Amino acid sequence: MSAPFAQQIIDGMAALTLLISFALLAQHRMLSVLNWFAAQGLLLAATAAVVAYSSGEYELYISAIMTFLLKGLLLPWMLWRVIRKLHVHREVEPIMNSGLTIMIAIAVTLFAFHVVQPIEVTSDLMTRNSMAIATACVLLSMLMMITRKKAITQVIGFLAVENSLFFAAIGATNGMPLVVEIGIAFDVLIAALIFGLFFFQIRNTFDSMEIDTLNASLIHKDEDE
Amino acid sequence: MVLSCLMGLSGLFAVIAGFTGLANGGGSIILPFGLPWLPMHLRLDALGSFFLLVIGALVLPVAIYSQGYLSHEKRLTPIAIFLPLFILGMMGVVLSDDAFTFMLFWELMSVSSYFLVTHEHQHPENRKAGFIYLLMAHMAGLLIMGSFATLYATSGSFEFSAMRDAQLSPLWASVAFLLAGFGFGTKAGVVPMHGWLPDAHPVAPSNVSALMSGIMLKVAIFGFIRITWDLMGSGDFQWWWGALVLAAGSSSAVSGVLMALQQHDLKRLLAYHSIENIGIILIGLGLAMLLAHFGHNTLAALGLIAALYHTINHALFKGLLFMGAGAVLHSTGSRNMEAMGGLIHRMPWTAAFFLVACISISALPPFNGFVSEWLTFQTALMAPQLGGALLTAIVPFSAAMLALAGALAATCFVKVFGVVFLGHARSDIASDAKEVDDWMLVGMAIPALCCLLLGVLPTVFIPILDHVPQLLLHTSLTSSSNGQAIDATQWLWLTPMNAAHASYSAPIILLGMLLLGGVAFWRLHPKGTIIRRSKMWSCGNPHTHARMQYNATSFSQPLRRIFAGLYQPDEHEHAERHQHALLTTRVKYVVHVGDMVVKHLYQPIGHVTLWIAKVIRHEHQRGIHAYLTYTFATVLLLLAVFV
Repeated sequence: MSAPFAQQIIDGMAALTLLISFALLAQHRMLSVLNWFAAQGLLLAATAAVVAYSSGEYELYISAIMTFLLKGLLLPWMLWRVIRKLHVHREVEPIMNSGLTIMIAIAVTLFAFHVVQPIEVTSDLMTRNSMAIATACVLLSMLMMITRKKAITQVIGFLAVENSLFFAAIGATNGMPLVVEIGIAFDVLIAALIFGLFFFQIRNTFDSMEIDTLNASLIHKDEDE
Repeated sequence: MVLSCLMGLSGLFAVIAGFTGLANGGGSIILPFGLPWLPMHLRLDALGSFFLLVIGALVLPVAIYSQGYLSHEKRLTPIAIFLPLFILGMMGVVLSDDAFTFMLFWELMSVSSYFLVTHEHQHPENRKAGFIYLLMAHMAGLLIMGSFATLYATSGSFEFSAMRDAQLSPLWASVAFLLAGFGFGTKAGVVPMHGWLPDAHPVAPSNVSALMSGIMLKVAIFGFIRITWDLMGSGDFQWWWGALVLAAGSSSAVSGVLMALQQHDLKRLLAYHSIENIGIILIGLGLAMLLAHFGHNTLAALGLIAALYHTINHALFKGLLFMGAGAVLHSTGSRNMEAMGGLIHRMPWTAAFFLVACISISALPPFNGFVSEWLTFQTALMAPQLGGALLTAIVPFSAAMLALAGALAATCFVKVFGVVFLGHARSDIASDAKEVDDWMLVGMAIPALCCLLLGVLPTVFIPILDHVPQLLLHTSLTSSSNGQAIDATQWLWLTPMNAAHASYSAPIILLGMLLLGGVAFWRLHPKGTIIRRSKMWSCGNPHTHARMQYNATSFSQPLRRIFAGLYQPDEHEHAERHQHALLTTRVKYVVHVGDMVVKHLYQPIGHVTLWIAKVIRHEHQRGIHAYLTYTFATVLLLLAVFV
């Protein structure tokens, strides 16, 4: 595969990642959010594989396989199980209406492109265009955490931030050292396990999964006294 | 006993070191500890020597006094730890020769005095007073550090010698001056930064109050002189610096004495008088700064001498007053003046020493307070003659303020002495009072004697003081080379500037007073006449009662009327009547005069601070979305700023 062609493919995949980030923001149903999250994981694995092939950094193949297993299959399945068990699969319940959210998201994306511009000029990696997109994805995922009420959507937002950072790592430096990546992968796995455990506990204790209810019972209790 | 001995010795050595330092120029030493790259620099120059002398002159009698005062104290350990540390801190400040050592000793002084203020911490109001004191002391410390930081930025060194050589731009010099002024002003109790002082002084043990009021405030004055006159240099003064110091001094002098007049807690009253006297010192300093700016160095030296003279005077008589108040507190167990009366019969020696201090602080000859206030007046009166529209405008005003403060101070001490020591006992605690022990009497006798000596022999003492302006202004008042402002050979007459203008001879005044008093006494009580003692005439009313006497509240009533706009007294009158409107059986009159500055400045600041804290606390308790939003906004901001 020639370098310009690989560049084209990576740029295309980056664009798709950005599109999925927007899709995550725009969804109303919990299960479709989860589907898009899984799609993002799969796309990430594919990107890693393409970069590994074109740059000759064969360690990246291991990364790609791990990403595929963990972010493409395992985490979505775990979250899906949680959603089924807790019966929260209806609406995502945004705080802002989705039109406004998308407007803000566009502004944030433009901002990310503006910010990353000086880096793109100095970099000579073939993946340099993806830096701006990765930054935008990080910010969009954070935006998703802010604008959603349910705890599960926030966890998905958090994992999406991690995805975007991984994407940035591939894009900027052809991947981090393998040891670091394995460590991060396990951290994410453990985090997901703990989140899952917490959902059940929260459900048992407060009989609700909405952040506001948790606030009301945990924090604002002492203020009213 | 050991504690008092050691304290007394340290005081004695400080006096000796101070005198020799003033006479011989002292020396400097670098101690091999401190920061790794900054060993402690200590230096004894004329300015430091003078303040060391002030410290020693009060520590010595207070040490003797403490032996008696603390003899019944149960919890001696905190005092035994913090009192020496406090004295060490004050002595260290005047000796230090680099900013780091200065701040180290300064904070040692502040923190150890906090523990002394809260010695009787079982009372909640003492803890509150201590807290306010600690808070304001730390704010002051922060401002002073800021001032040193400004000097450091220019000189690149913490050592004072480097700071002296550095040339500050006028803007940064003003910044350093303001920071030092407000920092040291807070510690010295200059209005309106005096809020801690009337609360902290009364609640400390009396020997500590004597040291705090007598010396600690002076150490703040020392710090101010050190930074502005010594490190920044008298050549760099800007005209408004002197004007600002003069204004602060005038307002402190008048408002301090006005507030003092309305107190009935003896030690609180004395604390307000400390504010007044700090104001008088600052008037002298401010005049000197103005005159130095306009190039009248000889007159500036006179103003500086007046300020320094008042510094040591105030240390002596205010220390004596607090010791006297402590003696009264020791034998009656109360600080409330309304419960006292007639103590001169039961505590004659204490009364005599207290009277000496009262006359001194009221600036009456032949005691020392008169000399320093007279010198301040002379400086003020000569300033307008030398031209300059500004001097002509400001100086007479502050001279008038000084005169007003002096008159009101005299009124106030007539009230104190009259209510506490004269008349009849107003309560059992006053009628059961006993004279205090010899230790305490000796402790009070020494400063009383010093007050008289400094009052009678200013011509001996001023040439010793003269080394300080020689250091700071390179001008001498006594040497004949430039104008010879004060003739050192003339021991009888103190003549600043010009004999035709004004001169004062304390010995002659004293002699005249003794003669006049003797003649009057002899005329009124010729030999052989028996003094007739009988019951007081009570206007025909069969019952007399000690509460019918003039008391502290009624004595200050006219002034409460005159200055009602300033005091805004909170008065309540309640009369109980029996059947008919004219048959009054009982009248109750309650008046409360609060500190206007505390009400209109401190409380609003406190409220705003609490309000901000409340808003921030509310923000702290927001949900996870708010926190995520903050994170998001921070990320965006950092990206926007740094990329």
